[in-house]
Amino acid sequence: MTKNPRWIACILIFIALLFIPRILSIHNLMLFEYGLTFAIVGLGFNLLLGYTGLLSFGHGAYFAAGAYTVGMIAKYLPEAYRLEILIPAALLFSLILSVIFGFLCVRHTKIFFSILALSLSMLLYALLFKLYHLTGGSDGLRVPLPSLLGISFKGIRRPEFLSGTYYYFLLIMFAASFVIMKGIVSSPFGKALQAIRDNEIRAELIGIRVRRYRLYAFCLSGLFVGLGGALWTFVNGHVTADLSHWVFSGEIVYMTLLGGFGIFEGPIIGAMVYTFLRLMVQGYTQYWMFFIGAILIGIVLLLPNGVAGAIAWLLIKLKRRKAAEGSTC
Amino acid sequence: MLIVDSLKKHFGFVKAVDNVNLEIKEGEIVSIIGTNGAGKTTLVNLISGYLKPDSGRILFLDKDITFASPYVRIKLGVGRSFQLIQLFGNTTVLDNVRTALFSKYGMIRRGLLPADRYSSVTDEAIKILENFNLADKKNLTPTGLSEGDLKILDIAIAFALKSRLLLLDEPTSGVATSDKFKVMDSIVSAIRREKISTLIIEHDMDIVSGYSDRVIVMHEGKVMAEGRPSEIMENKEVKAIVFGIVS
Repeated sequence: MTKNPRWIACILIFIALLFIPRILSIHNLMLFEYGLTFAIVGLGFNLLLGYTGLLSFGHGAYFAAGAYTVGMIAKYLPEAYRLEILIPAALLFSLILSVIFGFLCVRHTKIFFSILALSLSMLLYALLFKLYHLTGGSDGLRVPLPSLLGISFKGIRRPEFLSGTYYYFLLIMFAASFVIMKGIVSSPFGKALQAIRDNEIRAELIGIRVRRYRLYAFCLSGLFVGLGGALWTFVNGHVTADLSHWVFSGEIVYMTLLGGFGIFEGPIIGAMVYTFLRLMVQGYTQYWMFFIGAILIGIVLLLPNGVAGAIAWLLIKLKRRKAAEGSTC
Repeated sequence: MLIVDSLKKHFGFVKAVDNVNLEIKEGEIVSIIGTNGAGKTTLVNLISGYLKPDSGRILFLDKDITFASPYVRIKLGVGRSFQLIQLFGNTTVLDNVRTALFSKYGMIRRGLLPADRYSSVTDEAIKILENFNLADKKNLTPTGLSEGDLKILDIAIAFALKSRLLLLDEPTSGVATSDKFKVMDSIVSAIRREKISTLIIEHDMDIVSGYSDRVIVMHEGKVMAEGRPSEIMENKEVKAIVFGIVS
């Protein structure tokens, strides 16, 4: 495994990422952290879209499940407001939600699946929005700085927290998500999911219980998205019901398409590019949504495999050219 | 091994399968012939669990599987191929077979180690591909294969499930005439080696007489005649109805 150049590249990138807080300004570092949390979300989302062939327009719900777990614990159980409790709790609640919603959704595929996932997430949105006394309604919930392994961050301002301890915590979470997800998609379980994606009828007839495996994929996907949601809250400092709205779910779809859902690293690149792109375009014009939309059309028409697909294509081309030069010498 | 007992399946007024009785013995290769709409594919769909019959019984290895789910039948050892090829289009030839093996061994729940680490399964998949002369194409995706190779791969997957009974729905349809015998040779030699009972639906009489032990003729949902290939070829009624030869 260590001889594989891809793993060496990954380890080098990880080491480079350790030095990011020293390079980027606090503003850009925060954006980068948003990008990292969305990268985890993208990894989870793509298990469903890229590897199982199900397009969900309701993954904001699991993101909200993770985020609201943090917000609610901050409000009602302040003594448990510690990262080592918050993360498992967020995982648990997003898992519970995705088991319930997934159980209903995986009975269908294609557009029916997408719409059902969307409706269920809007159901959660309505609850979060209307149960004002519990969830803060449209005001949402404030997310203070958590403690980690007994270290309290009281008196520290958020930017300092984000550029110090929290960045490394986030990076470890991202690296773990990356390695675990990579394991999942290349394992026999991942092969079974890809078999379902490619041909449902045949998958059934080699003895895969298609619906059950779709549910497994759905729940795993919900778990990762929930983790992303929980980690996101500390960067953002605030959670609102909008997280479960279909527009936010659409942003998750957008990032994944932008990066390329056919490639494992695609959603990570998509999440990063989207986070920075959005801010850049927002800075230029108030018609930023128009530009974001136009870029999506361009991507779908010109780069069906997204940014990652374009990079991979360039790399292959360069390699071929090198090989051709090598053979002529 | 397989006993079909007065099986019936009607679609409205169409009697697709009407009171069919048949038996397949261990290691036997049986062909079903008949005109279009004779009910051949419906019969295979009933045996593989793709359709549920109106009445009648299907026994496999002395177990009643008439209403068992496809999943249960596969676990018991009923495998099938399709007239229209059903493959996993975006994965390699090797993974097409390997996924079937993982499923067969109940290993698809394993979600952390890469599939390549299970080298015994990979080796077995390669051995199966060698059996079917596909080993040199193991890293191609199905889009890079000829029609004949696709058919063989489809059957190799059913084979990987260690089926005791294989149902082959027109294994040579869509294959160039010059390749038909090559395709059948590699399929049948693998089947004979493992002594798998096989039910083949086929139109081409040269193939039927060349490769099967017994032939069943279906017409309008019923079994019209049954016997050794040479006997069937001489049967006047069969000649008239199936081949359109009046003598």
